[in-house]
Amino acid sequence: MSNIITIDKLCLWYGSQQALKNVSIDIPEKSITALIGPSGCGKSTFLKTLNRMNDLIPGVRITGSVKYGETDIFDVATDVSELRRQIGMVFQKPNPFPMSIYDNVAYGPRTHGTKGKAKLDDIVERSLRDAAIWDEVKDRLKKNALGLSGGQQQRLCIARALAVAPAVLLMDEPTSALDPISTSKIEELALQLKDKYTIVIVTHNMQQAVRISDNTAFFLLGELVEYGATEKLFSQPVDKRTEDYITGRFG
Amino acid sequence: MLNGKLSRKRRGYIALMRTLMYACAALICALVLFLIAFVLVKGVPNISWELLSTSPSYLKERIGILPDILNTVYIVIATLFIVLPLGVGAAIYLTEYAKNKRFVAFIESAAETLSGIPSIIYGLVGMLFFCQFLGMQTSLLAGAMTLVIMNLPTIIRTTQESLKTVPQSYREGAFGLGAGKWRVIRTVALPGCVDGIITGCILSVGRILGESAALLFTAGFAHALNGIFEGLTSAGATLTVALYVYAKEQGEFGAAFAIAAILLGLTFLINLAAALTQRYFRRKKAL
Amino acid sequence: MRSHFDEQLALLNKELIEMGALCEEVIALSSKALTAADKELAKKVAPLDAKIDQKERNIESMCLKLLLQQQPVARDLRQISAALKMITDMERIGDQAEDIAEIVCFLDGRSAENDDLMREMARATIQMVTESVDAFVKHDLLLAEKVIADDDIVDAFFDQVKSKLIKKIGKEPSDGEYALDLLMIAKYFERIGDHAVNIAEWVIFSVTGVHKEE
Repeated sequence: MSNIITIDKLCLWYGSQQALKNVSIDIPEKSITALIGPSGCGKSTFLKTLNRMNDLIPGVRITGSVKYGETDIFDVATDVSELRRQIGMVFQKPNPFPMSIYDNVAYGPRTHGTKGKAKLDDIVERSLRDAAIWDEVKDRLKKNALGLSGGQQQRLCIARALAVAPAVLLMDEPTSALDPISTSKIEELALQLKDKYTIVIVTHNMQQAVRISDNTAFFLLGELVEYGATEKLFSQPVDKRTEDYITGRFG
Repeated sequence: MLNGKLSRKRRGYIALMRTLMYACAALICALVLFLIAFVLVKGVPNISWELLSTSPSYLKERIGILPDILNTVYIVIATLFIVLPLGVGAAIYLTEYAKNKRFVAFIESAAETLSGIPSIIYGLVGMLFFCQFLGMQTSLLAGAMTLVIMNLPTIIRTTQESLKTVPQSYREGAFGLGAGKWRVIRTVALPGCVDGIITGCILSVGRILGESAALLFTAGFAHALNGIFEGLTSAGATLTVALYVYAKEQGEFGAAFAIAAILLGLTFLINLAAALTQRYFRRKKAL
Repeated sequence: MRSHFDEQLALLNKELIEMGALCEEVIALSSKALTAADKELAKKVAPLDAKIDQKERNIESMCLKLLLQQQPVARDLRQISAALKMITDMERIGDQAEDIAEIVCFLDGRSAENDDLMREMARATIQMVTESVDAFVKHDLLLAEKVIADDDIVDAFFDQVKSKLIKKIGKEPSDGEYALDLLMIAKYFERIGDHAVNIAEWVIFSVTGVHKEE
């Protein structure tokens, strides 16, 4: 399995505070990579760097390289809009737009130039099916998305991200605001999606990482402490800090 | 266990305070009612169709406020036409684009200061700048430009407040899908703050209707009946200015009170429109 | 953090040590009963084995509860799963010792004629059991490796006993039953040795995460 994103010696500063210290990691394609670590360890910051969402925060400075395929994403010539189309994101709190379900899913394609009702209808249906929510919303596509339940809204956000046919899906603690049933629906969904998409998921829930991920990366205070196959990392971690964290003996 | 009753002294004190407060409230209500009643009683009898639909004529010894009504309409349109794009644009820039926090704070405090300046000063400055320096002479347009400066802070503030209520998560979601900054603002941020803009609009119209001092200097007090373009480029009195002229300089208190009653009615309508708009949008958002 | 969990793990450890001590006691008792041909001593073995069985049930339910409640990973998971496997082997040691004691009662006073050899075998087996429990208590990998190596010694003893008994049956076919009883006792010792090896292997697993497969 080839690596779809390679990160080399990535450092990030918020003003004078360093949030990421020399992170180097390879993300293999069509698999699920989990990022774990205590609060403030930099895993969300790292995730947001991959699709340059950190550009939105003033005062951010970055050194090192992040390569998506063969392109350096920080190159001046990189089309950020296209980058974000190919590397989609699902956020911690479901954030559907205050529009109809249809318009939510169609927002991405419309942004990137897709026109024509038939085409958009097709994309909307396909995306909602891929996100395992088509049956629940197919009769109310024109209704406002804010009327859906939390779990449904999150799956809608996943559908919205899938609508632009990305290669990578970044998920920032997607189930932390949801109830257990919605959580397991989304975990099932992630397992199905990994056949077609590469998924990088930040999670506080270690059992979730164990359940669904192929590889796990452990972050601590901005550093990447350990990265490896999930089963191995959780049964025979190499670094003591990793073992202390996953066994809950952490300070 | 708590002792049930307060001391007599305390109860007396509370009763006294309460009575005083009721008295204040009653006084205020009485004042407002008196004012409204006085104006209506003196003004309504003088309102006639003739008054509303004709212009003054010395020959026929007739007073008509049609020109004044039209001038008011023209000035409202002109002011809004200029202040809305300017104000909304500035608000968008300040909220969404500006990076330097000190710069934004400076602009915001400047706007606040502007809104506190007495309107007659605007009149003076407007007269010197718009009428004389820019050569607009005494005209409705000069008046409109002055009103633009007076209402800019209101529009900017209400638009900004509205933009700030749009959750950042919506914008993040749109950026995450690859949308550019202007598209995000246009499709996600602005639609959410239309209600704020409209409210600001209505508030501005209220202020425009009520403005008199500034217009006296800049728009003059002619009573010519004109079409919109000619009206804007010539001097004209709005309803408030006409009220002043009739009352002070022509001694026509009947007409003055009639205009006052009309203005009162318009104010009431404006407030009603603002409240209804807010309720409408609140219901739409609550879903 | 997780002090409650740590207390429970400490309790688990304590129970395992006690069970290990019981195993040492029971095998020492059986072997003494054999070499001294003491029936009274032999009768004391059965209640000890009952205690060992009870301990196994206790520790098993303790482990299952920990797995359910604490979702252990890494070294915690290894420790608990090793415990679950070790108690099986320890319980079998208890059973084997009881079987030996039963036969001793059956022998009814006849002292073991293979005295020296059987005594040696018994001593080596007891040492294996003691050392495997010790290795667990001290997390001593070297000791565990020694136990695994010592199994060859016990196996060798068994082969020797077997050849001697075959010769004896050849010489005195009428006394065959006695010889076979002795053979069975030797077999039990040999199997106790194998169980001690299993315990040692699980000790190595709980420390390193690698389970030795022969």
